[in-house]
Amino acid sequence: MTPKSLKALEPSATDPAFIRNFCIIAHIDHGKSTLADRMLQITGVVSDRDMRAQYLDRMDIERERGITIKSQAVRMPWSSAAGEGTSQTYALNMIDTPGHVDFTYEVSRSLAACEGAILLVDAAQGIEAQTLANLYLALDNDLEIIPVLNKIDLPAADPERFAKELAGLIGGDPDDVLRVSGKTGAGVEELLDRVIERIPAPKGDPDAPARAMIFDSVYDSYRGVVTYVRMIDGSLSPRERIQMMSTRTIHELLEIGVSSPEPVPTKGLGVGEVGYLITGVKDVRQSKVGDTVTTAAKPAAAALPGYTEPKPMVFSGLYPIDGSDYPDLRDALDKLKLSDAALVYEPETSVALGFGFRCGFLGLLHLEIVTERLEREFDLGLITTAPSVIYEVKSDDGKTVTVTNPSEFPGGKIASVSEPVVKASILAPKDYVGTIMELCQGRRGTMLGMEYLGEDRVELHYTIPLGEIVFDFFDQLKSRTQGYGSLDYEPYGEAEADLVKVDILLQGEQVDAFSAIVHRDKAYAYGVLMTGRLRELIPRQQFEVPIQAAIGSRIIARESIRAMRKDVLAKCYGGDITRKRKLLEKQKEGKKRMKMVGRVEVPQEAFIAALSGGTEKKDKK
Amino acid sequence: MAGAGELPRHLEALLTQNGVVPSALPLADPAPADGLLPASAATGADDRNFGVYLHVPFCRVRCGYCDFNTYTSDELRGAKRSDYASQAIAEVSFARSVLGGSGVPEREATTVFFGGGTPTLLPVSDLAAILDAVRSTWGLAPDAEITTESNPDSVDADYLIALKAAGFSRVSFGMQSAVPHVLATLERTHDPQRVPLVVRWARDAGLDVSLDLIYNTPGESIDDWRTSLESALATDPDHLSAYSLIVEDGTKLARQIRRGEVPAPDDDLAAEQYELADRLLADAGYQWYEVSNWAKGDGHRSRHNLAYWQGHDWWGVGPGAHSHVGGVRWWNVKHPAAYAERMHAGQSPAAGRETLDDETRRVERVMLATRIREGLPTSELSRQGRTAVAALIADELVDAPAALAGRVVLTLHGRLLADAVVRALLS
Repeated sequence: MTPKSLKALEPSATDPAFIRNFCIIAHIDHGKSTLADRMLQITGVVSDRDMRAQYLDRMDIERERGITIKSQAVRMPWSSAAGEGTSQTYALNMIDTPGHVDFTYEVSRSLAACEGAILLVDAAQGIEAQTLANLYLALDNDLEIIPVLNKIDLPAADPERFAKELAGLIGGDPDDVLRVSGKTGAGVEELLDRVIERIPAPKGDPDAPARAMIFDSVYDSYRGVVTYVRMIDGSLSPRERIQMMSTRTIHELLEIGVSSPEPVPTKGLGVGEVGYLITGVKDVRQSKVGDTVTTAAKPAAAALPGYTEPKPMVFSGLYPIDGSDYPDLRDALDKLKLSDAALVYEPETSVALGFGFRCGFLGLLHLEIVTERLEREFDLGLITTAPSVIYEVKSDDGKTVTVTNPSEFPGGKIASVSEPVVKASILAPKDYVGTIMELCQGRRGTMLGMEYLGEDRVELHYTIPLGEIVFDFFDQLKSRTQGYGSLDYEPYGEAEADLVKVDILLQGEQVDAFSAIVHRDKAYAYGVLMTGRLRELIPRQQFEVPIQAAIGSRIIARESIRAMRKDVLAKCYGGDITRKRKLLEKQKEGKKRMKMVGRVEVPQEAFIAALSGGTEKKDKK
Repeated sequence: MAGAGELPRHLEALLTQNGVVPSALPLADPAPADGLLPASAATGADDRNFGVYLHVPFCRVRCGYCDFNTYTSDELRGAKRSDYASQAIAEVSFARSVLGGSGVPEREATTVFFGGGTPTLLPVSDLAAILDAVRSTWGLAPDAEITTESNPDSVDADYLIALKAAGFSRVSFGMQSAVPHVLATLERTHDPQRVPLVVRWARDAGLDVSLDLIYNTPGESIDDWRTSLESALATDPDHLSAYSLIVEDGTKLARQIRRGEVPAPDDDLAAEQYELADRLLADAGYQWYEVSNWAKGDGHRSRHNLAYWQGHDWWGVGPGAHSHVGGVRWWNVKHPAAYAERMHAGQSPAAGRETLDDETRRVERVMLATRIREGLPTSELSRQGRTAVAALIADELVDAPAALAGRVVLTLHGRLLADAVVRALLS
């Protein structure tokens, strides 16, 4: 019997003993999506004709960047070929996890929906910091780990070496590390067999009140919110009224089913099963990742553990380049919010940039994805201000202010400022240890320890203020390690630091968009950088324009734009007054597009260029 | 420093947009074939002078910086220099019937100006015949100012004597510079030594003399410029114009700068050169009366030049010539061949025109009057414009005593930033 002729088990009536729930932990471009593609084909749920690369990655951005932003689940039938006699068909639920540090919480919920994980590592590159972090997360969740080396077809593959590394990490024999190629399909059937063999069947009480954990929630413009759940106890059936345990809201269950990988309605979901729910809700905030679903008729007494609200860590101002796009930006954010529970925003105005929104993100990638989606899906030209984190500022009078925007930084005497700190793990070949340590020290990092992974790779542990990470740490790490360094971090509380707000003043007028909260030791460097940039970017005016960087009233850096000395056309061409007037009109039109900071006319382009930074950003300090 | 050349490209685009002069004709309404003007053109005509400008669009060679409407023999496409006088005379007669037909009262010409091009490339008899036509058509005011532009190498003593005999009162020589390497960059072919000679001949012939100078030529140092000013002053002209070189799109000079063969002009140096000119000229007894013009005594000001800034009427004759009559501006077809065709067919040579509405007139009035020494009465400014004056005084762009006396008059600093002052007054 070929695997493709398998008769799938009926959802809602599957014995948990024949269910296997697993995820794949892998770093970006270690081939997770390609491996998933092969599994879909080999198990026959996607025909060869319908196959397309990275089948499960729905958004353009996901496919282009080769990363998964949102997770999904696919139910696949598989019958172990290793067994003797009549083979038993199993239902395998593969839960695809997002692969980035910003989405750690979502990863943790995906892991909580599984009993096992495939640890997928590129046989030419070895494990990366991110993967390691997720591996630890999986081990914490008591998941059965199946180590797999991928891309063994590559000439640069070194499976011997990395099998040893993996075995060293999780314990066991290097020979137990499977070797596959998502590209050619080699070893994939064995891997599926291994999943059935090693990963425990889900456990749960079929007679208890229903409890299903939400591990993903996706907005679909046709169907509204599609909620992905893993049934823990009891069962859910169509037309039932369900309740979200964190908000106590009750919804009618319009459809219940499994993805295979296209949605297939079912008669329900039973213990251990993974599937989707549709209630007609339009906003993902009503269906939160980590929340527990129960039935309204027979509600569970206690929610499943582990639910937390998504908490933005990084803040940035988003402004339309063309001020008249502001209403479109608002509409676009309102739409994105439907599919992105972690996105928060509120209107803000800036002297330099006009009307925009202060947005909160889970991290830098989240910020990048949101801005890219706004630009691509909504055709908006955007400028983003430098990312900021959450500071708690205590004044001498005992008041505490939460600051997510430098402009909220209180004036007057400051008693203390605390900032979020993260615990960072950096993984790189040992040759780069020196340069990484230099980078981390320059970013106020404190080393916690260092360990070798195999012979030549090192994992460094640091605590670093998040504010330093969000600046350009990752770019720096990549460029200093020629792309080999990888980074993962997790919140590690808050710490007091000697932080100051540096303001940038044009002719004595503060330019809000350039204010930054930085460590006192770096205030001067920031001041010199920004005043220098603005001097290059702002056209000369009729008067000299001083550009200053200041902490409170103390000037720490100063540049000036020399006065424009000549702005007159010498003659009119043989009485061609019309030409002269048209030129004047054009100049006046150009002036309208200028932003006024006090008396200084600044082209919007100059602000944008100063904020987006120049080449000097790459070779600093 | 934040020179335009070092700015990022997106900013450069923004800035050059404010600095580049369109070399094409303005977009406007088509001009009617009969050339007749709207009735509004006649309003108040008696309070305005009437002048005649004759554009002679011929040059022996084209200089590298020049984008004026002028043509070498190779570029004439069948038009002939020798036909110019008769065509110009035909347009003078056409002008008379248009003005008459439009109800504009007939006025004697107070100024006549032959510009180009190089008017003195034509035989002096042609210039005389055209001037005769103007005289017989409208008459010349008793003290009429009759000027021709000239190149130092296109005239001799006899030519100048003949000009005077024909009724010319004034000649303006395109001296440009006294420094050979500067003349070479400008591609001016005359020998600088010839300038004092032609000035003396013109004087001897009884003509008023003006010299045109160009500053801020790429590669011209402040000392080069001083040399040119001193050489010009040594000839003791009655009048001097000093124009900052403008690198026009499409000129050979613009291409040379783009390719890096010639350095780009520097505005700071231009300002310094202007200040030097104003100082040396003032010391020698010349007073500025318009941003780029100085005269030795009020009697030597160019009234024709002033008429442009004061909003008087003039008819521009010849290819590409611009005219203004009572708030109607129009301009002729540019190419001599196209012009010849129109004149031959008895049609108006105008390519396009515009009738200024009240607001546009006000804008022009501020733009033009601000440039001259008499300045603009503050009463003609809008309320915001009057508010702007205070800041302009504080920035030393506008003369405080004059403003108190009710006129906006530029300071030396203000002359260098005249366009910015105008924008502020109109904001």
